[in-house]
Amino acid sequence: MKKIIQTLLLLLPLSSFASGGVALQSVDIDLEDFASIQKGAKHYVNYCLGCHSAKYMRYKRIAMDLEIDEDIVLAEIAPEGANIYDPMLTAMNEHDSKKWFGVNPPDLSLIARVRGGDWLYTYLKGFYSDPSKPLGSNNTVFKDVGMPNVLWQLQGIQTAKIVTVRGEDVITHLKTDGKGTLSRKEFDQMVTELVNFLVYVGEPVQLERQRLGKYVLFFLLIFTVIAYLLKKEYWKDIH
Amino acid sequence: MKQKITACTDWALERFPMSKLWNEHMAQYYAPKNFNFWYFFGSLALLMLVNQFVTGILLTMNYKPDAKLAFDSVEYIMRDVNWGWLVRYMHSTGASAFFILIYLHMFRGMMYGSYKKPRELVWIFGMLLFVCLMAEAFMGYLLPWGQMSYWGAQVIISLFSAIPVIGDELSLWIRGDYVISDATLNRFFAFHVIAVPLALIILVFLHIVALHEVGSNNPDGVEIKDSKDPWGKPVDGIPFHPYYTVKDIVGVGVFLIFFATVIFYMPEMGGYFLENANFIPADPLKTPEHIEPSWYFTPFYAILRAVPDKFAGVIAMGGSIVVLFLLPWLDRCEVKSIRYRGGIYKKALLAFVISFLALGYLGTQPATPTYTMMARVFTVIYFAFFLLMPIYTRWEKTKPVPKRVTDEPDAEDQYHAIVDAIEEMTTHEPLKTSWGTTAFPVTPNKEGIRHVTTRLAKKLKDSLD
Repeated sequence: MKKIIQTLLLLLPLSSFASGGVALQSVDIDLEDFASIQKGAKHYVNYCLGCHSAKYMRYKRIAMDLEIDEDIVLAEIAPEGANIYDPMLTAMNEHDSKKWFGVNPPDLSLIARVRGGDWLYTYLKGFYSDPSKPLGSNNTVFKDVGMPNVLWQLQGIQTAKIVTVRGEDVITHLKTDGKGTLSRKEFDQMVTELVNFLVYVGEPVQLERQRLGKYVLFFLLIFTVIAYLLKKEYWKDIH
Repeated sequence: MKQKITACTDWALERFPMSKLWNEHMAQYYAPKNFNFWYFFGSLALLMLVNQFVTGILLTMNYKPDAKLAFDSVEYIMRDVNWGWLVRYMHSTGASAFFILIYLHMFRGMMYGSYKKPRELVWIFGMLLFVCLMAEAFMGYLLPWGQMSYWGAQVIISLFSAIPVIGDELSLWIRGDYVISDATLNRFFAFHVIAVPLALIILVFLHIVALHEVGSNNPDGVEIKDSKDPWGKPVDGIPFHPYYTVKDIVGVGVFLIFFATVIFYMPEMGGYFLENANFIPADPLKTPEHIEPSWYFTPFYAILRAVPDKFAGVIAMGGSIVVLFLLPWLDRCEVKSIRYRGGIYKKALLAFVISFLALGYLGTQPATPTYTMMARVFTVIYFAFFLLMPIYTRWEKTKPVPKRVTDEPDAEDQYHAIVDAIEEMTTHEPLKTSWGTTAFPVTPNKEGIRHVTTRLAKKLKDSLD
């Protein structure tokens, strides 16, 4: 028994390495912070929509859910010439994107439900310079990703410190060259807003769902209590 | 006016045995009075069947069974259809809840010997229901047309190709194509919304008719029809309506609290009720790293993977369900309820439950050598429970079975027992606070905790003898 425990303890650090590289950083998602989601939407249109659609999302829905004027959505968020009823589609055509990147950039409507907020946050902050790659960059959580680092001007260029552990390259940390237009804190803030928006887009109804849940549970609680009293009344004479 | 209504109802009642049906199955159907917690799950399963029908019908109004449109139409339901998200979550959570209820319902039957003479047919109809439910869930899972829908179906249908000689042709015939495709989606849709639900309804009807013919079993495994009063009514029986209708409504309330909590606060249930990979549209060219079936299939999936040969694995997986059908004839013990059965059956049942849960867990994990080894051990235990049953139940040392049903502490008595136990485990020493007042802080009492835990451990040990 003792031997088994010892072997298990020995295996423990191994398995944590085996699960692959960098631990995910946790992102502070707040879907009630409409201002943050609104800024995130703006970042999305600026930096992501060039390649990635979010085809299940309409500008109209953003205006409705975030309680902002449709004109403001059109002026500040949506790209030039977009209609309020338009879904968030990229202008890039599939033929070109396939030629440029080898794959069609995926639609991001549901990406937060596939990967989770923490993964997206770590991913967006995890690009580093890697000259061996065709686009010059690589990623800590998505190795050999086909996407270039679109946020490099804001973040600056990061380099990875790589250590070889048991014949495997492990990234210990990333270092920025400090030439980004945003400070580290501002950049984190900006990525948080973007991820907040993506989490919202993944399931726009989640706030409504949670709000409604309270009433449903309250009703069911009262219902159960009354049902129990009714049962007791009926069962009085059963021994 | 009133006379006219009476005349109308009389006209109908002369032509249709409404009151006879009502009396036979509700108002004068006598059920044992000692049903406990485990007896809620049958009626709750029926509730879930209704839930799946109603939400399913609403979903088909906007769902499109077309490989090009299916995924989009599900998102359309989630985003643009009024209350579509609620209907969809009720349906997806309902599928998982249905299996939880059915597994508990089946376990109840195994504990109290509800499959034994004269209820063998009730068990057989129940098992047929279980198989239909698995088919229903499997085909329904393809419909959202996500990656896991697609590849899960691909893996399971390819199992048929392991059958010698006809295998390849058979799996081709099932899919209607060389891979899972639009043809497969369309036929699965047809089966999911028409064929299997019809079979389910018919089987539920047969299950209940067969049950009402022989009468319900109970936690004591005593036939209540054996002791009747001078009017021919079982003395330990009470009319199903109103007694069990009002009681089941309480069960419905409690169940719905859990059900609603999942729907409104954790509809994905950590990736078990809705898998993350299923939010990616199906892509026949990209195999996901890790394909796992829905959680309710994982025990059987683990058995499949535990066997090194593919065809033998398929046989084992099928066999693990077939042995359940044989249960009434494998069990040779005369005593029904676990309360009066020998220690060996209790231990065997416990081992079975542990192996079933363990296989369920292992089925969700990648098949590493250690896990495969463990799955093999638990597969052996699973089959040993059934196949060795004729031997170990024959020499079981049973306890005397009472003639009449026994009383059980009800919920309120149990509540008092729990309060007493907590009282015993804590002390309320008076304490002078710095302001000079006296407080009675609740502190754990080591001696008391030791007493309660030893008592509990002893009780657990005794209950296995």
